[in-house]
Amino acid sequence: MFEYAPAPESRDVVDIKPSYGLFIGGEFTDGTGTSFKTVNPASEEVLSEVASASADDVDRAVRAAREAFGTWSAMPGSERAKYLFRIARIIQERSRELAVLESLDNGKPIRESRDVDLPLVAAHFFYYAGWADKLPYAGYGPSPRPLGVAGQVIPWNFPLLMLAWKIAPALACGNTVVLKPAETTPLTALLFAEICRQADLPPGVVNIVTGAGETGAALVNHPDVDKVAFTGSTEVGRLIARSVAGTHKKVTLELGGKAANIVFDDAALDQAVEGIVNGIFFNQGHVCCAGSRLLVQESIAEELLEALKRRLSTLRLGDPLDKNTDIGAINSAAQLAKIRELSDHGELEGAERWSPACALPERGFWFPPTIFTGVAQSHRIAREEVFGPVLSVLTFRTPAEAVEKANNTPYGLSAGVWTEKGSRILWMADRLRAGVVWANTFNRFDPTSPFGGYKESGYGREGGRHGLEAYLDV
Amino acid sequence: MSRTESPARLAVRKTYKLYIGGAFPRSESGRSYAVTSSKGEFLANASRASRKDARDAVAAARKAFGGWSGATPYNRGQILYRIAEMLEGRRAQFAAELADAGTKSPGDVVDAAVDRLVWYAGWSDKIAAVAGAANPVAGPYLNISSPEPTGVVAVVAPDDPLLGLVSVVAPVIVTGNTCVVVASERAPLPAVTLAEVLATSDLPGGVVNILTGSVKEIAPWLAGHMDVNALDLAGVSDPGLAVACEEAAAENLKRVLRPAPADRAADWAADWAADPGTRRLTAFLETKTVWHPTGI
Amino acid sequence: MTTSFADVASSNVALRTFLHGLPGVDRVGADQRAAMLGTRSIKTTAKAEAIDLAIRMVDLTTLEGADTPGKVRAMCAKAVHPDPADPAVPKVAAVCVYPDLVAQAVGALAGSGVKVASVATAFPSGRSSLDVKVADTRLAVEAGADEIDMVIDRGAFLSGDYVKVFEEITAIKEACGEAHLKVILETGELATYDNVRRASWLAMLAGGDFIKTSTGKVQPAATFPVTMVMLEAVRDFLAATGRAVGVKPAGGIRTTKDAIKMLVLVNEVAGDRWLAPDLFRLGASSVLNDLLMQRQKMATGRYAGPDYFTLD
Repeated sequence: MFEYAPAPESRDVVDIKPSYGLFIGGEFTDGTGTSFKTVNPASEEVLSEVASASADDVDRAVRAAREAFGTWSAMPGSERAKYLFRIARIIQERSRELAVLESLDNGKPIRESRDVDLPLVAAHFFYYAGWADKLPYAGYGPSPRPLGVAGQVIPWNFPLLMLAWKIAPALACGNTVVLKPAETTPLTALLFAEICRQADLPPGVVNIVTGAGETGAALVNHPDVDKVAFTGSTEVGRLIARSVAGTHKKVTLELGGKAANIVFDDAALDQAVEGIVNGIFFNQGHVCCAGSRLLVQESIAEELLEALKRRLSTLRLGDPLDKNTDIGAINSAAQLAKIRELSDHGELEGAERWSPACALPERGFWFPPTIFTGVAQSHRIAREEVFGPVLSVLTFRTPAEAVEKANNTPYGLSAGVWTEKGSRILWMADRLRAGVVWANTFNRFDPTSPFGGYKESGYGREGGRHGLEAYLDV
Repeated sequence: MSRTESPARLAVRKTYKLYIGGAFPRSESGRSYAVTSSKGEFLANASRASRKDARDAVAAARKAFGGWSGATPYNRGQILYRIAEMLEGRRAQFAAELADAGTKSPGDVVDAAVDRLVWYAGWSDKIAAVAGAANPVAGPYLNISSPEPTGVVAVVAPDDPLLGLVSVVAPVIVTGNTCVVVASERAPLPAVTLAEVLATSDLPGGVVNILTGSVKEIAPWLAGHMDVNALDLAGVSDPGLAVACEEAAAENLKRVLRPAPADRAADWAADWAADPGTRRLTAFLETKTVWHPTGI
Repeated sequence: MTTSFADVASSNVALRTFLHGLPGVDRVGADQRAAMLGTRSIKTTAKAEAIDLAIRMVDLTTLEGADTPGKVRAMCAKAVHPDPADPAVPKVAAVCVYPDLVAQAVGALAGSGVKVASVATAFPSGRSSLDVKVADTRLAVEAGADEIDMVIDRGAFLSGDYVKVFEEITAIKEACGEAHLKVILETGELATYDNVRRASWLAMLAGGDFIKTSTGKVQPAATFPVTMVMLEAVRDFLAATGRAVGVKPAGGIRTTKDAIKMLVLVNEVAGDRWLAPDLFRLGASSVLNDLLMQRQKMATGRYAGPDYFTLD
């Protein structure tokens, strides 16, 4: 047996302060709300104490953004571009520090924050930097105007990447922003604030307000916010859609999903197994576009499941900072409770539960990679977003049945198709009601590629030329 | 008794009904309401659609969605062009109905409606070239984004009984959506006549469903319907109703195109004679992005 | 549960049906999986163990036109005592030479436990008649080779004459007698991973004891994804037939890092049964000194210098 010795990434690259304030108008200031603690979900160790923004603080932030809007929006796009290029470069320069901090605060494996999140974050800023002085060529008219102040609320699953998805296009288009990171993962956003200062970004162009749901609500409902961008649960998305009714606010929502990953009997099996694993166990399944429903053609179901189980047995769960860790910690106690509740319910509903032999650390929030077989479309684990490392396995007989089952959900964010037959891929891709279809791959992201959902998975697209529309008055 | 001249011939009046799933039913509620001309003369009793009619119309639109969205863009363009032809052929009838409704220069307005249909017809096989993209991702993948219809769209048509109506329906259906339209409450008759045009234009039944009646009564049911994917509030003039509809639409995250704000009445959103741009097309399109590896 | 493949090679149609019925390999996905495994960080005790295991798996190889008995004798000495200064360094698995030099190797290694492998069958191109290939094999076997590394007829494979490839392997296997047969696929000439998987199965079905990536004379040679695809094949073949076939990447493995990455592939793809010299070999020569230098660095804490390791 080849035991890998611990290979921890050094924590020394990050310098976490005992407490953090809000970033408003280019300065760190105290919040008037009750501050809260952010913990390392892998150990429950308190990392720092973070200010909570009250409605007054949010108002200050929006005013700072409004004040900055005039100069920022009037600045030549080529100048805005250079600020964004600067930010992208600093992110690259400080990427190890950001990756370690992200893994500490979020619980995701360092391999993912280092090899996936951070490269994409930098790439996103580079990409939109290039748009800032090319907006007249984007297909939104000869001189598209920014919207004004964008209020942005992001989730905890990809804290810095979601920040990049929100801030980069907003700034490129000439908007100023007030961004609220998730309550459980504020630290990289606060480090980003420091990066904005290193880049000499004019004060007020980016403001970061930390806090919980009330802070987010105060931001979304602020009358001087022109644009609301939200990534998170469908439940909160609904509230936001309702709260902006009758206002002038433009809204984009990137919400939940229950993606089908469809494997045909002629698929490249080893790669399909990798795709299934990457689809649902990447980032502990804390992925809105996760392939949480495996639809496998009945004729190969047994063979595929055997291969999948064998593969799961090689997944390495544990210390997120260990470079060999595949599965990190669940982000919070609340999320762990939700995953447990839905999984227990899966068993109650009669589905068969399986996890590889896998020792869970004693402290922290952990859940083993889990497969449910014998799942029916009517089971809650097949319908509700678990947002954890839990895969429901269903079978199908024909392509039409696969499409029908895949689409039989109020969500429509993503889908996967695995087959070596090209024409079948295109036929399936045509019929799947999902914003992203990964064929013979899964969970790929790129700044040039629009991302976003159908139906209750939200509206608007992030990434690519399409992503500009959300921040332009068109 | 002396013989008299026979009286002037009594006209056969048209019965104005709903248009659902390609058929012309009366409201299941049996209700109707009197439509009068701009001068207050009685014109006809229009059906007053109920929430059940709205429900039936949504079901018809959903049923038609698969076929219509799956039709080739060329085919959809041909059918929209055919609608324009049929409308042109009934120019006089529409002009008369518009005159009754108080529309100025009714003949010009019919011409504009025909031209609008022709304009949108051409978009059927071009919008993908404008709204789609081949994305140069940093990896060995083919990555293509293409626009797809959102699904079933509920449309509250503006109080511009023909040009406004055509200007909101054509962009919705040309890309493959199906719709349920609430016609102008004040002047619904051209909408019903347009339904007759649609019914004879090779447009599959259910692609466009037209309801007449009370906007205030029907619109909230459509806004809250969980099998409607998007909502066009173009014709909602009551701000309170617009807010209520938008709130109801939030329940299943419908895409909502708000009515034109008062300060923007002169642009694409309210001036039906203005160049409409592509905004009404893209508002009811989803972007689907497909990835595939490139390798041997 | 095992499956009988008795009739699979009865005709080209049957073989083609079988081989083309194997699941395809998506190149991009396979490359990514191999690259991800390449990021595994093997440190401290794990690295020390991996280095010794890798040394024990080396087929120390010289396959030059300029090879001489003297060169072979020197290499054999190194095979038995890779680091004369440190007796704790394990012996390599085998030396690998041309058939005409087998006798020298056998003599030099007598009683050492290090095996003698020989390339045969008109190595490296394989372009000769079956009779010549069989004679070449016998030459090596009769000189005392424990292992024969044959090359497949890539031309026959690429033209779809799978029966010819199959029958050549069975004929060489027969000529091997007691000697173990390693079947070189020369994956660099097979072009696709689908072909690598098919050729792997073909070689296993025909009785090969090992499947080997390359001759070392063609680029690319032992890439990580190709080795991974072959490891998947032996894993699946064991599940289907109950017989474990070995894997030997050869060519291009020059550093300790590469060798350890190979072991990670073995560990996570085929499983620990293959983490032994009887089922996994590294065909290489220069990698040995790098392994020794890394080994010394682990032991002393100082970076090593090449002048302190022998160049045989």
